[in-house]
Amino acid sequence: MGESKACECSTAPKLIFACSGAADVGALSDQAARKMTRDGNGKMFCLAGIGARISGIMKNTEAAAAILAIDGCALNCASKSLEEAGFKNFEHLLVSDLGFQKGESPVTEDAVAKIAEAGAKLISKGVY
Amino acid sequence: MKIQILGTGCPKCSTLAKQAEEAAKQLGADYEIEKLTDIRDIMKMGVMTTPALAIDGSVKIVGKVPTVEEIKKIISGI
Repeated sequence: MGESKACECSTAPKLIFACSGAADVGALSDQAARKMTRDGNGKMFCLAGIGARISGIMKNTEAAAAILAIDGCALNCASKSLEEAGFKNFEHLLVSDLGFQKGESPVTEDAVAKIAEAGAKLISKGVY
Repeated sequence: MKIQILGTGCPKCSTLAKQAEEAAKQLGADYEIEKLTDIRDIMKMGVMTTPALAIDGSVKIVGKVPTVEEIKKIISGI
């Protein structure tokens, strides 16, 4: 490692974990998280890695500036997965609270945009 | 014991490597230092913020340079 290299260490990111479950609201959660990432409102991170307790993912999440869990339905699998892994301080967005009901919510650009917008507001509030 | 330093080569990563080596020496541990500087290798360990420290493949510290004492505690806790 040369001392002459410019520092590429990054500041702690805002991480987004989304339900990517089998239902339409899971697909909406997933796509909203990806849109938030593209829009620069945070970085989608791997919820499966949290469940698997991958050490790099766990430690990076511990170091995050903010965490947002996006759940598709009231089963709240994303937020419960984070809690099971020991994370308590995170913002939570429930897609069904925005009027998207499981089994009745086609994945459209408008729907994804609405959810992403709500998520962006939450994660900006959640910086700690 | 394999001590892995994850980072693309900035001064923080260099400092982390030195601190980790010093910690291992003080503990009299049998160790080797591996430096992962390729971002693809770093990401394979799930890390997206550097510098990071892993011991035998398990990531222990992300995003900061711990003190020698902190690293000794991590190593001793294995």
